[in-house]
Amino acid sequence: MNTRFWRHRTKALSCIALMVMSILLTGCFGNDEDWHGKDISGLMPGLEFDLINSQGEPVSGSDYSGRVRMLFFGFTSCPDVCPTALQKLNQAASGLDPELQDEVLTLFVSVDPKRDTPERLAEYVNFFGDNIVGLTGTEPQLRELAKRYRTTFGYDEPGPDGNYAVSHSSAVYIFDREGDPRLLVRPDLSSEEIRQDLVALIQEDS
Amino acid sequence: MSLLDYLLPYDFSPLTVLSYMLVMGFYGIGLLRMPEQDRPGALRIFAFTLGVIICYAVMQTRLDYYAQYMFFVHRGQHLILHHIGPILIALSNPLPIMGFWFARINPRWKQALRPIGWAYKLLQQPFIALFLFVGLIYFWLWPPIHFDAMLSRDLYWVMNWSMLLDGLLFWWLIFDPRPPAITSSLGYGKRMLILAVAGVLQMILGAWIVFSRDMVYDVYEVCGRAWPLDPEVDQFLGGLLTYIPPAMMSILGILLILRRAMHEDGKYTNPSKNLEEKAS
Repeated sequence: MNTRFWRHRTKALSCIALMVMSILLTGCFGNDEDWHGKDISGLMPGLEFDLINSQGEPVSGSDYSGRVRMLFFGFTSCPDVCPTALQKLNQAASGLDPELQDEVLTLFVSVDPKRDTPERLAEYVNFFGDNIVGLTGTEPQLRELAKRYRTTFGYDEPGPDGNYAVSHSSAVYIFDREGDPRLLVRPDLSSEEIRQDLVALIQEDS
Repeated sequence: MSLLDYLLPYDFSPLTVLSYMLVMGFYGIGLLRMPEQDRPGALRIFAFTLGVIICYAVMQTRLDYYAQYMFFVHRGQHLILHHIGPILIALSNPLPIMGFWFARINPRWKQALRPIGWAYKLLQQPFIALFLFVGLIYFWLWPPIHFDAMLSRDLYWVMNWSMLLDGLLFWWLIFDPRPPAITSSLGYGKRMLILAVAGVLQMILGAWIVFSRDMVYDVYEVCGRAWPLDPEVDQFLGGLLTYIPPAMMSILGILLILRRAMHEDGKYTNPSKNLEEKAS
């Protein structure tokens, strides 16, 4: 009787399953495109780290809480990706209304601690504006942070002059005031688009 | 990096390690305790163990790190979780060990486990099994879904486990060793048909990735690659791994089923089936 039951119900069951699966699928493609960046709410854990700043002091994620933070991985000898990105973030932040500018902070994490000493980091980030903090740490600390945000970095073999390239994420992670991950900014976004997202984030929870 | 760093998990998942330990533990103890005449031969034990080990390796060793940051390694990982590992496990026919343990379950528990049996029967309806098998590949490779899955640790684990479990279900349906003439296992014609359709659908997806001129999966670009490989080469290799080996697995599966069907041709007569036909 059991086999009969299954034989007769096969078609009906298949149809039901197909319908349920299609409903599930459409549910996954909900439209949340109010942002220019990619919405990453809930996909990643909140902002936490143990690193050192460009004064060489140990800092943690809570030291910068209460502001919208833009996290970017790079290194100071980076030929193109990092300067372009930092320039763009600086443009986006300095284009904000003066009273909003202090609500945003850029965290530049150097994943090349061998070459990027705190002094060198300080010199580098100061070049890109005021509301930017240079961070670095030991390689295990940096690996842990990168892993937390599902990214990685790697070092190329050094050339004859001792210089080497570093592969790293090209995206900017934006966290809200509470430190929750909100947006992932791909490199193709313009500074104007980033600025609009920042404004929306600042106004959202102030 | 030392050898140990390569063997230890990149992203340690206690649940995953525990699951694999339980599977190997039950398999090993079952083997030792069961009557000798029921015990599978050395080749079958080897196939089972190898299948389990390669699935474990792509989930809980350094390979998982490369799979997270390289598209083509990720495709290789899914080839193992969804195809090669489950195929080896299904071909090793672990039924005697499962039977050994099933006979030792308390009858009251068996009653409680019945819903699992119903869910299993539902999932093994040919159409649903095919839909799940191909649907899961398409689902996780749908670019926005893929992007999220690679960014979220939880989604990433759901993805890998769903591929493994569905792979086991599907290939067990295909390689179920019980002859369909005298048991309720799926007929050989249907098995071959499913394989052919699954093969064609995977080839379409693989070909689309291989011949895409644009970057379809830019999450690896955004999140950094494990080593500096040209993105187009990465996507091309990943596409090839989606395109060719799964199609080959389908053909290979059809050949194995064909061989079995020819072997069993006329071997079984089914009195109960004949009676059923007369009665209806």
